[in-house]
Amino acid sequence: MSSIPYIVEERPDTGLNNSKLGVWIFLASEVMLFGGLFSAYVFLRLAAPEGDFDYWGAKLNVPMATFNTMLLITSSVTMVMSWASLKLKQFDKYKMYLGITILCALGFLCVKYFEYTGKFHHGIYPSSSTFMGIYFTLTGLHVLHIIGGLVVLIYLWTRQADKMWEENPDLLANRIEVTGLYWHFVDLVWIFLFPILYLL
Amino acid sequence: MSNNSDHSIEHHIQTYIRVFIALGVLTVITVAVSYLEVSFIEAFFLAITIASIKGSLVLGFFMHLISERAAIIWILVATTVAFIILMFIPLISLTDSTGMY
Repeated sequence: MSSIPYIVEERPDTGLNNSKLGVWIFLASEVMLFGGLFSAYVFLRLAAPEGDFDYWGAKLNVPMATFNTMLLITSSVTMVMSWASLKLKQFDKYKMYLGITILCALGFLCVKYFEYTGKFHHGIYPSSSTFMGIYFTLTGLHVLHIIGGLVVLIYLWTRQADKMWEENPDLLANRIEVTGLYWHFVDLVWIFLFPILYLL
Repeated sequence: MSNNSDHSIEHHIQTYIRVFIALGVLTVITVAVSYLEVSFIEAFFLAITIASIKGSLVLGFFMHLISERAAIIWILVATTVAFIILMFIPLISLTDSTGMY
């Protein structure tokens, strides 16, 4: 079906299929992307007037962010369960777990929407302070990653997945595995963003 | 992962559920310790330590890093070194004399 070699089967020299190796290299570049912004956060925090970050940080909604953390953790476990279901040849369960993952992602976006509009409603924008500038940059970039992942998750939940399952189940399992790697990474970024922005 | 038999997958599922519970508990702990009356440096190290434990669980079990091939481990070792350098770049500002004269 696929003309690109080593998408499902492992390459003898790396012991990996190209999809997985490619996604890991992409994730390495993502670490540097977010790393640069984390570094900027440290720089700005060190240079900020005493108490400035505390003052603006206190305006964020911790219960909402805690709920979002729980949503992302749940989506991570359901993502890996959907992969495990495919490996066990349980396609119905795969659809169910991936469906829950999609719902959690949509839930995350809804909460974020209310958080952002709540801030705008109170006249708080990225230009309001240095803290808000880095807060909106970091969480905005993270939200873009969620949206990108969501597009792929929905695609892998549609009839395309049914077709792929019938024609080449290993290819579908492989795609879910590499999509999962990306999704867990997005969860991983949030695990660090949450305490740094909301709790410190 | 090297072994994907039905039995090993079922064993993995139990691990995923345990990791999920651990992540939930650690999230509650993260929020709880933020209410402790400690200095910023102490609060920072507490928060980063808990986040690192959570991150390791996600990397190790959900992303299967504990049973992953050497090629990926080396990519991540290189990334970690570059990331640490990146984190220390702000320190260069300490030697910056702009605006001091």
